[in-house]
Amino acid sequence: MNATPLTPILSASWGAPYSWRLETYRGFGGYTGVLRALQLTPDQLIGVVQTSGLRDRDGARFLTSDKWSAALDSGTGVKYLVIDCAESEPNACKDVPLLLASPHLVIEGAIIAAYAIGAHQVFICIRGEALHAVRRVQQGVAEAYRAGYLGERALGVNYRIDITVHAGAGSYIRGEETALLNSLLGRAGRPSSQPPYPVSSGLYGEPTVVSNCETIAALPAIVSQGGEWYAQFGTANSRGTTVYSVSGHVQFPGQFEAPCGTTVRALLEFAGGIREGHKLKFFTAGGLSTPLFTEEQLDMPLPYGSATTAKAVPGGNALQFFDETTSVLRVTRRWMECYAAESCGKCSPCREGSWWLSQLLSGLAEGRGQEGDVERILDICDGISGRAFCPLADGFVGCVTGAIRQFRSEFEVGYRRAANELFPEEQSAVFAWNESVPTAKSGNGGFR
Amino acid sequence: MTISDTARGGAAMPPIAASQIDEHSIAELRELMSRYPEARSALIPMLHLVHSVDGYVSDTGVQVCAELLGITSAEVLEVATFYTMFKRRPAGKHHIAVCRSALCAVLGGDIIWDEIQKKLAIADGETTPNGMFSLEGMQCAAACDFAPVVSVDWEFMDNMSVQQVTMLLDMLDAGQQVYPTRGAMLTGFRAAHRVLAGFPDEFADAGASAGEASMRGVRTAAINGWTTSAAPLQPSVGSQQLGVLR
Repeated sequence: MNATPLTPILSASWGAPYSWRLETYRGFGGYTGVLRALQLTPDQLIGVVQTSGLRDRDGARFLTSDKWSAALDSGTGVKYLVIDCAESEPNACKDVPLLLASPHLVIEGAIIAAYAIGAHQVFICIRGEALHAVRRVQQGVAEAYRAGYLGERALGVNYRIDITVHAGAGSYIRGEETALLNSLLGRAGRPSSQPPYPVSSGLYGEPTVVSNCETIAALPAIVSQGGEWYAQFGTANSRGTTVYSVSGHVQFPGQFEAPCGTTVRALLEFAGGIREGHKLKFFTAGGLSTPLFTEEQLDMPLPYGSATTAKAVPGGNALQFFDETTSVLRVTRRWMECYAAESCGKCSPCREGSWWLSQLLSGLAEGRGQEGDVERILDICDGISGRAFCPLADGFVGCVTGAIRQFRSEFEVGYRRAANELFPEEQSAVFAWNESVPTAKSGNGGFR
Repeated sequence: MTISDTARGGAAMPPIAASQIDEHSIAELRELMSRYPEARSALIPMLHLVHSVDGYVSDTGVQVCAELLGITSAEVLEVATFYTMFKRRPAGKHHIAVCRSALCAVLGGDIIWDEIQKKLAIADGETTPNGMFSLEGMQCAAACDFAPVVSVDWEFMDNMSVQQVTMLLDMLDAGQQVYPTRGAMLTGFRAAHRVLAGFPDEFADAGASAGEASMRGVRTAAINGWTTSAAPLQPSVGSQQLGVLR
């Protein structure tokens, strides 16, 4: 069957009034997946997920069923499930809408996953900067306890499941699995060396599955409708649907749930194309740990960049489009400042390198660079690449070297002139600089 | 209050009051510890609670957490200073965080950032002398589809412009009720951290489902009649509420 261009499964109920309440969710068939799951053995349940072809909706994109099998095989002792809704990869913005609109998808999915791997304790980790998402999940968990879906004898079967909602306190590196677990241990969110992998020795030294929020949210539909049903969506290397985020200089930024393998061009069209009177200059796909792309790559399918390759564009669901008013130097500088701020400081190439790169890029952006700064930047990148513990450093190296490779002249202009002279910031802004009457636009932004 | 609670140089900062952590707070800190298999896992929630009581991570708060968990103050401070949301100086009644990531910056966030600094006459990390506002530049608010974004007390103020931010600050300063785009009426920095610590308030039902931009895909699908056949979550109610994509 050919799937429709947009396929609301996770997002199907988002438009309903009080979509976040248990009653609404049940009206959309909620908690039927978990009932079916509990009729299966964990092995059968993992089989369903294997058939679905679901891959973790994070940077690594492992087959979800492989991770579960490893956890199940780790014995019958204490195990933990940790759900990462921290979403701190800059540019990623799909978890917050999902948690606001449909927290029960994650809660039901959590019960399914916990049962499959033999865990009794689940932690849902949410970024602290999203207060209202934390509220909605807290309320959802309380509703689920009241309904008997959680606690002793969850759903009437002899299986205990508890969920603890854990609000974080900021920091990008928490997206890294071991860093997230360290924060859950009440420690600084720095990554630990692997192996041992969390699936054999994670939280409190016990086998732990860390799953992304969207992975977990996909489970209720997979289990209630079957693995084959889910596998009809998407491409051979990337099954199912995913929520794409489209933002930047487009007419209608937003979230679009579509089959995996949807092209950038199609997603740009859903967002109404580049804003009126402007044209595409470059875009990024997937957090900021990816290179810059231009018009030539518009037909690239996401999240993998090709319909056949097994190599994912990391976190390739979040598209950001920039038009011709945008200075690549300015954007690269901001990215670098973000990395410098969020580097956990564990590895000196990352900690010091990100700081020096920020200094050089700031100098160029402000028009006070020195001849040779671009070579200096590339040289520093060369010294960082492959020499840090987690992928953060390689992420920013790829980002900076890619930008220079494609737009070198914009960087070199920084020896003499500020980026703002060539690309005035008012022209890139999406609000009218001389707007005089405050307008509280209903619904579409603004406040009451 | 000890010497390290004193604000660093720079703008005039509000005076620091004595810690308000009392027996009741300590009982609540203990309750947080009981929610985890190992008590130390509660440290981040505990620091959120200290924020909600003292308005920042006070030295008293650090000492109390250390004693309760049986770890050193240095270990608590390592965590308190690692995570960006924790403040070591008193935050304002309302905490303003401007998204400074590339996308928001380019779409107007940089202009907004400059204007807010001018209007409040404070810089990154500072608090106004009257204790009303504190300000920080944040790295990605995770709301790119609503750029440029400003966060107040960790609630989203979406699609901001200079004029809207000006109006927002004036309203807050006048003590008027302000509703974020996708959340509940702003109740202040301390109240927000109490919820983050794990003590829910009554406002989960306030606000929109997911915001206009988040709904675009769903609405586009509805207009075109695109549904996932046999999807488990087919709307039995509510589809008539879907509007037309503008």
